[in-house]
Amino acid sequence: MAVSPLYDYTLRLADNALILGHRLSEWIGHAPVLEEELALGNIALDLIGEARALYAYAGSVEGKGRDEDALAYLRDAREFRNVLLVEQPNGDFAATIVRQALYAAFVYPLWRALAASKDKTLAAIAAKAEKEAAYHLRHSAEWIIRLGDGTTESHRRAQAALDQLWPYTGELFEVDPIEESLIANGVAVDPRTLQSEWNHTLDDCLAQATLDRPSNRWMQTGGRRGRHSEHLGHLLATMQFLQRAYPGATW
Amino acid sequence: MVTAENLRERAWRAAAGVVDPEIPVLTIADLGVLRDVRVAGDTVEVTITPTYSGCPAMRLIESEVGEALRRAGIGSFHVITMLSPAWTTDWLSADGKRKLAEFGIAPPTSTAMRRALFTKERVPCPRCGSRETERISEFGSTACKALYRCRSCAEPFDYFKCH
Repeated sequence: MAVSPLYDYTLRLADNALILGHRLSEWIGHAPVLEEELALGNIALDLIGEARALYAYAGSVEGKGRDEDALAYLRDAREFRNVLLVEQPNGDFAATIVRQALYAAFVYPLWRALAASKDKTLAAIAAKAEKEAAYHLRHSAEWIIRLGDGTTESHRRAQAALDQLWPYTGELFEVDPIEESLIANGVAVDPRTLQSEWNHTLDDCLAQATLDRPSNRWMQTGGRRGRHSEHLGHLLATMQFLQRAYPGATW
Repeated sequence: MVTAENLRERAWRAAAGVVDPEIPVLTIADLGVLRDVRVAGDTVEVTITPTYSGCPAMRLIESEVGEALRRAGIGSFHVITMLSPAWTTDWLSADGKRKLAEFGIAPPTSTAMRRALFTKERVPCPRCGSRETERISEFGSTACKALYRCRSCAEPFDYFKCH
């Protein structure tokens, strides 16, 4: 049952950041080169840091005494509110980079707009996250150009990743009744207002990368309402293992 | 007699001496992580702000500020972490920038601002001063640094990026 629109909205932002941060952390020890090992680890750290601040706030809005750990480790897949895009498996390096660029091109203007939210806590978190997202976007966009405009093989993989992940981008711009009142009150950002900047960023990047923008065919949806792909359960099984095996364990 | 102002100064000096665990040539005052020290009654309130959302050093900095205050004979204190206004490299002190360069880390080249997606920053080499440098990676050993290489002296170096 919904606690409050503000709780749900904050949780969605937090879950996106945590799940993508966790996905990126899966690369640690496996990245193709040392520099990317550091880069993906750093981006993961930024995202998990953003998630922590958002979970702490969601917990205080909820008012049931749940802290960031309770929200991250003690909820099951159906209670997660992240978009499907961020839970998609890492795949090859191209798939990870394309997923990152699709997400970063969306959250960069989202954080910028949310920094002007009437909710002071969300505004403060957003103002920090915007600066981080700027680097994440530049990192992934430059890689898309390198891969797309690189070898036949890197081009093929980047295009395949783009085609595979594109149907998950429609969900980023959805608005539901939970958000409508928050948007009207100047607390939440209407994601539809971010669509043209997102289009522009990607079109510019894909053109330089000599990649084709997939057509907007049927789009996947459901993550924001707790209907996830099978991948999220596997991710949580790893991420939440310690708290499941040893409930209440602390450092 | 301990006046509030005198206590505040003692607390500031103690907190300002805490160094960043990852860049030990800089104090948290040089970095602009130490935002404020206040006295309320006989309790000291120290406000710090994280450089990046996920900065893993924050908890350590918080406990080291506590240690420094205790060493200065201050037992009653709170350390508060504040997110807003968001930390920026514009808060790095001039002294801090000089110490960074001497340590081999290129300091931020300009004031923080929103950039076009693919702008390139010209970063002088902290060792030989050459401007013929290139970025190897947007991310370095910590969130606040990027990896660069000097084409003149061939040395790799860290760049404390604008934020």
